Amino acid sequence: MSKVTTAKMSEEPTRMGQEDSFGGYMQGWLRRVRAGDLGSLPIIFGLIVIAIIFGIREPIFFVPRNFVNLLLQMAGITTIAIGIVFVLLIAEIDLSVGFVSGVGGVAMVLLLREGEGNPNWPWWAAILAALLLTLLIGLLHGLIITRFGVPSFVVTLAGLLAWSGVVLIMTTKFSTAGTIVIQNEIVLGIANSFLPTQWGWAMFAIAVGGYAFSTFSQRQSMVRQNLVARPLLVDLLSVGGLALVAGFAVWYANQDRGVPVVAVIVIVLLVSWSFVANRTRFGRYVYAVGGNPEAARRAGINVARIRIMVFMISSFMAGVGGIVLASRLRSVDTNTGGGNLLLNAIAAAVIGGTSLFGGSGKVSSALLGALVIASVENGMGLLGLASGTKFVVNGLVLLAAVLVDAVSRRSRESSGIA
Amino acid sequence: MTGTATLELKGVSKRFGAVQALSNVDFVVRAGEVMALVGDNGAGKSTLIKGIAGIYPFDGGEVSFEGKRVTIHGPRDAANLGIEIVYQDLALADNLDVVANMFLGRERTLSFGRIDEVSMEQACLETLNSLSVTTIRSVRLPVASMSGGQRQAIAVAKAVMWNSKLVILDEPTAALGVAQTRQVLDLVRRLAGRGLAVVLISHNLHDIFEVADRITVLRLGRKVAEFKRSETTQQEVVHAITAGSLESVPGMVEA
Ligand SMILES: Nc1ncnc2c1ncn2[C@@H]1O[C@H](COP(=O)(O)OP(=O)(O)OP(=O)(O)O)[C@@H](O)[C@H]1O
Ligand SMILES: [Mg+2]
Repeated sequence: MSKVTTAKMSEEPTRMGQEDSFGGYMQGWLRRVRAGDLGSLPIIFGLIVIAIIFGIREPIFFVPRNFVNLLLQMAGITTIAIGIVFVLLIAEIDLSVGFVSGVGGVAMVLLLREGEGNPNWPWWAAILAALLLTLLIGLLHGLIITRFGVPSFVVTLAGLLAWSGVVLIMTTKFSTAGTIVIQNEIVLGIANSFLPTQWGWAMFAIAVGGYAFSTFSQRQSMVRQNLVARPLLVDLLSVGGLALVAGFAVWYANQDRGVPVVAVIVIVLLVSWSFVANRTRFGRYVYAVGGNPEAARRAGINVARIRIMVFMISSFMAGVGGIVLASRLRSVDTNTGGGNLLLNAIAAAVIGGTSLFGGSGKVSSALLGALVIASVENGMGLLGLASGTKFVVNGLVLLAAVLVDAVSRRSRESSGIA
Repeated sequence: MTGTATLELKGVSKRFGAVQALSNVDFVVRAGEVMALVGDNGAGKSTLIKGIAGIYPFDGGEVSFEGKRVTIHGPRDAANLGIEIVYQDLALADNLDVVANMFLGRERTLSFGRIDEVSMEQACLETLNSLSVTTIRSVRLPVASMSGGQRQAIAVAKAVMWNSKLVILDEPTAALGVAQTRQVLDLVRRLAGRGLAVVLISHNLHDIFEVADRITVLRLGRKVAEFKRSETTQQEVVHAITAGSLESVPGMVEA
């Protein structure tokens, strides 16, 4: 009687190799790229193309003033896109984030209204209330999606309609023109104030120092336990790279008004949510649910709970983004949260490299993608293109990102590293 | 082979809509013993396992673990009792690395809820070493990049890492080559040698006769026979599986 011989008899020679030397590490990286695991390469390529096109046609694109404008324009999209990253990681979608951000922004502004017969809430209470409201909206979406097994696409599409109606009702109820102006200085300061030069550099020192500390302490504990750590050169290069990019950004922003306060807020959000995604159990379970929900279930993970919490994160971050956007525009109106905000946020996450198919992506992709989206919008604004053209270009950028995702996924699958 | 009953099922049943997947099945496995579970495709083997795991709880019947009546509501309950299962479809998260998969749902944490990657990686390497798994070169690569044999080794290692009392393997050798099948069978014997109760599901009678102490036969959701390996023959088992019709003879015509 013969043994089972259906399977490949020989272990295919492992493709992984030792990665503890710098050369080996780079070879491993090259192999992964060739196999379709492109990482941030398409974005870097895209940014270079964008810089060349707009830089040649409109040199103002590169002046410090426009750089700071770009940072301000990115903030809202980045914030909302962070929430979208979590939703995409579990292979779901949230189409309601645009108007949920609108609801958050409008709620805050309404509570802030000053004078006789108005709520007169202090700024922090109004912000907290708005964020709590969006958190509850996310809870509602999550409960409906998990309890009734309705696709998130449909539930959040219904949300898109319903919350756009709520924005309309709230804004027109308290103002005949439908526009309500923010008067609170602190709330206005969120997206309209800048750090003094030295403070900008202090932030730079904290960020780079913190990153270096976490990189090298991780490395040390690996080495102490005789585990294979990343090559030292790679760690040094990544810390050096961050210092270079961040240093340039701070220096350039300081040539103009300085580092925007909202940029610091966005960085704090990115670092915190990256920590949640990469270092905590919850984050691990988010990836597991996106990669193989059945495996997650059998590992004893409460998959429904993770799903609900992810929709809460996405609505909450939409709320934060709504507050940032309201502050930047100094008012809310009947169309707050509308326009192409939703598509920009989703496009940012996808362009940044988070897969639409679940289980793969990083929080930082929100930043990279938003940089691409905001650069394109900013550049087209400088060139004074018609809004029809802008829509077409935006659509093409999103399509390109989705195609890169699909193609790289297919080649990853065919080379077995899906 | 006269250890205490680690797991005892009495009259368990399970129905999926119109399909009676299990009816009134009794099943016992003792510490230090390898119990083989055989039966044709659709006989209800995987369903029995999933009932034990609490994935699809039984409709009726009694479950006792180490002499005590228990109700297993989910995978966590099973794990808490000391039951580990290697599923037919392995159920690994492809996008996670080996360490993350082996600790999924049971991560060790440090302050601020940080996952203790270093100690997890070490424990994972130790387990793989103790099982003499040498085919996995890096435990920090996504499982998607691994071959069938490597994935199987990870799934088995995951099950034995937790000081379990009962390990259930659903067709652990179905996708393996000769050398790897050998390794898994050795591993199965070693587990029983350590005093664990082992349930082995396989269509390969040759393998089963090599490692099992007893053999339970399911047919269309019913238990039709239980043999001691030392007192039976492959012919007899095949007969029980197929009820006499020899059109399909598992283990002999494995393609
Ligand atoms: N989730 C389910 N829903 C409906 N029917 C199911 C489900 N799981 C199993 N069944 C049915 O229960 C019966 C027993 O299936 P089971 O998977 O336990 O067989 P098995 O003995 O493991 O077969 P195989 O050797 O092919 O793995 C089959 O008729 C199957 O179609
Ligand atoms: Mg089965």
